[in-house]
Amino acid sequence: MNTRPRVAVIDYGMGNLHSVLRAWQHIGADAQLVHTPPEIRDADALVFPGQGAIVDAMRLLRRTGFDQAICDWVGEDRPFFGVCLGFQALFEHSEEGDTEGLGVFKGSVRRFQVDPGLKIPHMGWNAVSFEPGAPYTEGLVSGEDQFYFVHSYYVEPATSSLKLFETDYGGKFVSGICSGRCIATQFHPEKSQAKGLHLYRNFLTTL
Amino acid sequence: MLSVRIIPCLDVHAGRVVKGVNFVNLIDAGDPVEQAKAYEQQGADELVFLDITASSDERNTMIDVVERTASECFMPLTVGGGLRNLDNIRDMLNAGADKLSLNTAAVLDPDLISKASAKFGNQCIVVAIDAKKIAGENRWEVFTHGGRKPTGRDAVAWANEVVARGAGEILLTSMDADGTKAGYDNALNRAISEAVEVPVIASGGAGTLDHLADAILAGHASAVLAASIFHFGTYTIQEAKQHLQAKGLPVRL
Repeated sequence: MNTRPRVAVIDYGMGNLHSVLRAWQHIGADAQLVHTPPEIRDADALVFPGQGAIVDAMRLLRRTGFDQAICDWVGEDRPFFGVCLGFQALFEHSEEGDTEGLGVFKGSVRRFQVDPGLKIPHMGWNAVSFEPGAPYTEGLVSGEDQFYFVHSYYVEPATSSLKLFETDYGGKFVSGICSGRCIATQFHPEKSQAKGLHLYRNFLTTL
Repeated sequence: MLSVRIIPCLDVHAGRVVKGVNFVNLIDAGDPVEQAKAYEQQGADELVFLDITASSDERNTMIDVVERTASECFMPLTVGGGLRNLDNIRDMLNAGADKLSLNTAAVLDPDLISKASAKFGNQCIVVAIDAKKIAGENRWEVFTHGGRKPTGRDAVAWANEVVARGAGEILLTSMDADGTKAGYDNALNRAISEAVEVPVIASGGAGTLDHLADAILAGHASAVLAASIFHFGTYTIQEAKQHLQAKGLPVRL
């Protein structure tokens, strides 16, 4: 009998999902790549990864039908984890290519401004802050534990209540959100060694 | 605050680590996967595999190494060496590499940078620049083919071009400093870092922990790559990070 949580990782053609898949498998999930919306029906959780250009991502999401599937899934408050582009695409609009997003949440995606000394992309390890007792953060230390980022655009949610994580890069930006059983992060937990796997595990234990 | 990255580099030949570190407890010190895991344990921020395999027949060996590493190490992995076209790049990404480093191929065909960046995203395209100082001038010339061929290109101009074409990061090696253990060429690091908005990884010349700090403080690099000072066990990654922290630099401990 297989009692491991079934985690469906959406493969919609936006690059390498090897690490994401392996990370979930590593912490004990029955993780599989899914290529069409019907395949997610029996999953316990949906993982929405992604990197690259949001214009291409949105085009592929619409072509595969995952655009609607993701909106429905989050709308039904089923467990969901978005990463990087899979975080940004949840919002209404991105400055990157003036692209319309999924609009699951109100807000937009903006480009970092080139201040003196501020490199773009924001690439590397940075600390993440959160409120005491915030969901999925058990065992993590706010403001100290670092995660791996690589992005040139950041999310600006319209409602502050969505904010789960905050990070400083030439000013504070929202590096993760949470709404019901939906969590999404700008950083890559699957690239963040023990701390990243810890966050995935915290999510997995809620399933 | 964004941490300064410390990035060990492993030379891999036909699937085996060439100058590996003598970590204790390694069953097979020549296995790139074991070396990668050891560096992950030490807290390396990223890892670079440089494939120095001469023949393209052995490309599949490297793909296998990358696949096995990505299955066991959950840290960013860059692969460089011998990548010539979009197919090579896609194969490495599918195997689990996060970033690809292009060097000679980028100079021979600069469109490859544009195409690769458009197809896979600029976050995964690193352009490696090997630069040598032009005697008597405050300029550097770009070399290819492992530093054997001069290109006549100015390093700063080339850096600007690769970024305009979509490189997300520059891996900058000073050919003058490489192998000397006398420190990075920080005039070069600063010239490139100040010219482009993307992060620059300083490479070539690290012999002491002060050299690492200088590459950031004087060279304005975002990250430091080093091979021999870690491989030969002179310093651990942790010691390097503690040193940078003592110098007031943000690190991930």
